[in-house]
Amino acid sequence: MEKRDYSLLGEDAERAVQSGLAAAQWYHSDIPRPQMKALMKRSDQPALRDAVILFTAMILFAGMGIALWPTWWSLPFWLAYGVLYGSAMDARWHECGHGTAFRTAWMNDVIYQIACFCMIRNPISWRWSHARHHTDTIIIGRDPEILAMRPPAALMIAVNFFGVIDVWRGLARMMLNASGRLDPQEASYIPQSEQPKVIRVARVWLAIYAATIVLAVMLGSILPLMLIGLPRLYGAWHHVLTGILQHTGLAENVTDHRLNTRTVYMNPISRFIYLNMNYHVEHHMFPMVPYHRLPELHALIKDDLPPASPSMLAALREMWPVIRRQLRGEDVYLRRALPPTAQPYRDEFHRAALGQPAE
Amino acid sequence: MADWIDACAPEDIEQEDVIRFDHDGRSYALYRSLEDEYFCTAGLCTHEEVHLADGLVMDYIIECPKHNGQFDIRTGEALRAPVCVDLQTYPVKQDGGRIWVQI
Repeated sequence: MEKRDYSLLGEDAERAVQSGLAAAQWYHSDIPRPQMKALMKRSDQPALRDAVILFTAMILFAGMGIALWPTWWSLPFWLAYGVLYGSAMDARWHECGHGTAFRTAWMNDVIYQIACFCMIRNPISWRWSHARHHTDTIIIGRDPEILAMRPPAALMIAVNFFGVIDVWRGLARMMLNASGRLDPQEASYIPQSEQPKVIRVARVWLAIYAATIVLAVMLGSILPLMLIGLPRLYGAWHHVLTGILQHTGLAENVTDHRLNTRTVYMNPISRFIYLNMNYHVEHHMFPMVPYHRLPELHALIKDDLPPASPSMLAALREMWPVIRRQLRGEDVYLRRALPPTAQPYRDEFHRAALGQPAE
Repeated sequence: MADWIDACAPEDIEQEDVIRFDHDGRSYALYRSLEDEYFCTAGLCTHEEVHLADGLVMDYIIECPKHNGQFDIRTGEALRAPVCVDLQTYPVKQDGGRIWVQI
């Protein structure tokens, strides 16, 4: 396998800039402006409804968990609370970070801050990191959010189903930031004017975690940590499962989201937790479209996209043989076939991709 | 001295919308508010040079189609990350049934 340097300060980062892969012009399906305007239109109502459902469910599940604590009967309620804290908040972080969930800016900001805290993602750093992910999606050395690098770190991904790696990194970064410093890689994509905010947030969070731990010690119980902090571990599995379906196994270093991103049909509960981000090609192509309009966008452009995976299981089945071959050291990826109805196919995108298409 | 350039007819822009206007090798964004006021800014986002004419106008805000950065179309002020640098704005007038921009 050709050696890859995924760090943002390495050889591949420099190569991406020199070759024009960085900040390139990406493919977009044609949508008439009136239709696009209608799809982009913001509204508070759907996100308010979903926020009320989310927080009501969290309060109920946590309440039942506390009421039945410390018996095993509390377990299913903690598991449900955990998924909402450790996975649904990932999608809220994402959508409110884009500013598309609500029309009203402060509503996006409030949910964004809460979600960032739950996911242990600094709201300033991750806003910039995600902007880069959209500019340079799965471009090696440019995209700071590549989940499964080649060869995939399978053990780390497996462990991360319990949030272990994310929490370790999140807490380590929080401690570093709280000490008044930034990691050199994050400093490479956060403008200097924004960097003091990173440090301020980290210090507030550190105080909240310290207070939670002090309370747990005073009560002689881990119950406070079951509410704050630990659900990021025991409820992470759903966001890792859905997240891994987004780009894994597909082409790297291409500038067409149809080739490096996957749309997957999902059940309604997963779509609620994930805020419709299963329409991931559509989201990357048009990040201005709110989550609740993505099914309409999908219906509009699906003939211009590779067929969606019919289920999470089907997507995992498609992905797994390629991951296994990558783990054995083979430089392969899944080559996406565009339907005959798609816009003219620019094969140079795929020719520029690293590795060989899997048979 | 900047010249007044004939940019478009008023009805070329829908209410609460934006169009692209190119002149002398540069791109501009022309806006029409819900109150039929017209504004003009530089056409490319100050973050990553994306055409703002593909973005969304909400009241007096233009949102960039790529990263959802926001600017005030009246002043060019950068309102929401990832945009940090303000947009250049240009005077606009309506005369003789046309929209003119001073560039």
